[in-house]
Amino acid sequence: MDDLRVTSPPSLHPEAPAGEDAVHGESMVVNMGPSHPSTHGVLRLVLTLDGEVVKAVQPHLGYLHRGMEKIAEGMTYNQFVPYTDRLDYLAPLSNNVAYILAVEKLLGITVPPRAQVIRVMCCEIARISAHLLWLGTGALDLGAATVFFHTFRERETLYNIIEALTGARLTTSYTRVGGLSRDLPAGWTGQVRSFVDTFPKFLDELDSLLTRNRIWMKRTQGVGRISAPDAVALSLTGPNLRGTGVAYDVRKTEPYSGYETYEFDVPVGSEGDAYDRYLVRFEEMRQSVRILDQALRRLPDGPVAVDDPKITLPKKERVLTSMEELIEQFMLVTEGIKGPVGEVYHAIEAPKGELGFYIRSEGDKSPYRLHIRSPSFINLQAIETMAVGGLLSDLIAVVASLDPVMGEVDR
Amino acid sequence: MEGPYIAPLPPRQVVDLLRERFPGALEDVAEFRGEITVVIAKDALLDVARFLRDDPGTAFDMLSVVTGTHYLERDHDYEVLYHLYSLPRNHRLRLKVRLDEGETVPSVVSIWPGANWPEREVYDLVGVRFSGHPDLRRIIMPEDYPDHPLRKDFDVEGGPRDARPRGRVASPGFRDMESV
Repeated sequence: MDDLRVTSPPSLHPEAPAGEDAVHGESMVVNMGPSHPSTHGVLRLVLTLDGEVVKAVQPHLGYLHRGMEKIAEGMTYNQFVPYTDRLDYLAPLSNNVAYILAVEKLLGITVPPRAQVIRVMCCEIARISAHLLWLGTGALDLGAATVFFHTFRERETLYNIIEALTGARLTTSYTRVGGLSRDLPAGWTGQVRSFVDTFPKFLDELDSLLTRNRIWMKRTQGVGRISAPDAVALSLTGPNLRGTGVAYDVRKTEPYSGYETYEFDVPVGSEGDAYDRYLVRFEEMRQSVRILDQALRRLPDGPVAVDDPKITLPKKERVLTSMEELIEQFMLVTEGIKGPVGEVYHAIEAPKGELGFYIRSEGDKSPYRLHIRSPSFINLQAIETMAVGGLLSDLIAVVASLDPVMGEVDR
Repeated sequence: MEGPYIAPLPPRQVVDLLRERFPGALEDVAEFRGEITVVIAKDALLDVARFLRDDPGTAFDMLSVVTGTHYLERDHDYEVLYHLYSLPRNHRLRLKVRLDEGETVPSVVSIWPGANWPEREVYDLVGVRFSGHPDLRRIIMPEDYPDHPLRKDFDVEGGPRDARPRGRVASPGFRDMESV
């Protein structure tokens, strides 16, 4: 009698749940993205919905794939720096530092103290700016438009600081192997000082707009929940992991650029929901201001790059007057920096989580293989755990609270 | 954190544990810039991975990332690398498996679910197949893409192998200029 049983027709979409739901005939496949205002770029999600309830999420990536890892194989180490701007394009300074630290680990060099302090400031400015954008757009997605205008006003201050430092607002390319592309411009520390003095007051205002706001709490509490063991198993890092209560921060566990000498706290959540991720990121901005304040106080004088003719370019006036320096510049520009044979992995705590670069060197001027461990790509894996079983409108809160940047997901 | 920060030593005791527990599975051990790389036999991968995750002395509860490298003119064609991190013990280890063309490697998704997308990426871009992976599809390139762009024999200017007309030179533009 088995052949008389009514079988449901084969699903149009492989992800659509078969069986009971198919009998009800109610599940619907909806395409969201790649250009949807709440997907923050070109994330495409194929959703299987039962009414308002999300039954399955299938992310489709690759719309912003530029083949950066392949490009790196044909470039000298310094030539790849501008490409790192285009990874997490909301925190390019932080990407510059992450990449260059991996190269410096490969070469086995340490940069002068002044360069280290400036790099720490770069990372923290990038973190505040990235978190401000996340907060503004995330709140906008959930209907709180006011926050957006306030955070973008503060971001503008930061972008002016970044522009004064690097000459560009977005494509900073500030670091070089062995140091920085240039020293701080005159008056820059004053700009940062006035930001450090005024920003905490702004954070308090923002705090009063959202943290105890009834609508905001209703939209984020209990939404997109993930447990700490699940988060660790799925390799989540950054605020998404810390929101579950795991205090993993690369700045504390494997300090780089002298982070071990700064005083700051690592905020953690307890529930692992969107609200906790919001609280963690919010507090991180306060902690970043603390670090900036300490960095400004201790900023030492001295060079911002190592003095090694095989790694950094000599001074221009020396090149024009001295034979040695002319040869050194010629060799460095034409031959590039040769790395030793070996492989390294170096990670930093980027705004989105653990940003790591794996470099395999065969002793050539360019890496044999370069892999970018981008936090957004790995964090995005958790979207299924967080969104399935919830409402479609909560999916917006989940994507916003995961904070993926597609430039980094697709690379 | 109390007192001055002292960078931890590389976890050499992990290698000793592995040697003791899996004699014969370790093909090579290298240390470079404070990082330990352990090359293990493909067949032992799942056992070693499970041991590394569960043993309290190793406790590698997080898989940072999986990546792969294609080699030309070597004894092996591929290397698959697993970057492990331990939250409780705060140490790192790089596991490496060497493969020949056409060989598959067991998927570690059952041990670290976070390996899912990285393994798909290695399959997509490098061309290594993972046996036992729950959902081994391309993730970055289009589903009908005929090649694996991170392979070393991938022709950057000529495009994917199967889509290229036979006999066409890699870079017609340059050839044309030479003949002028």
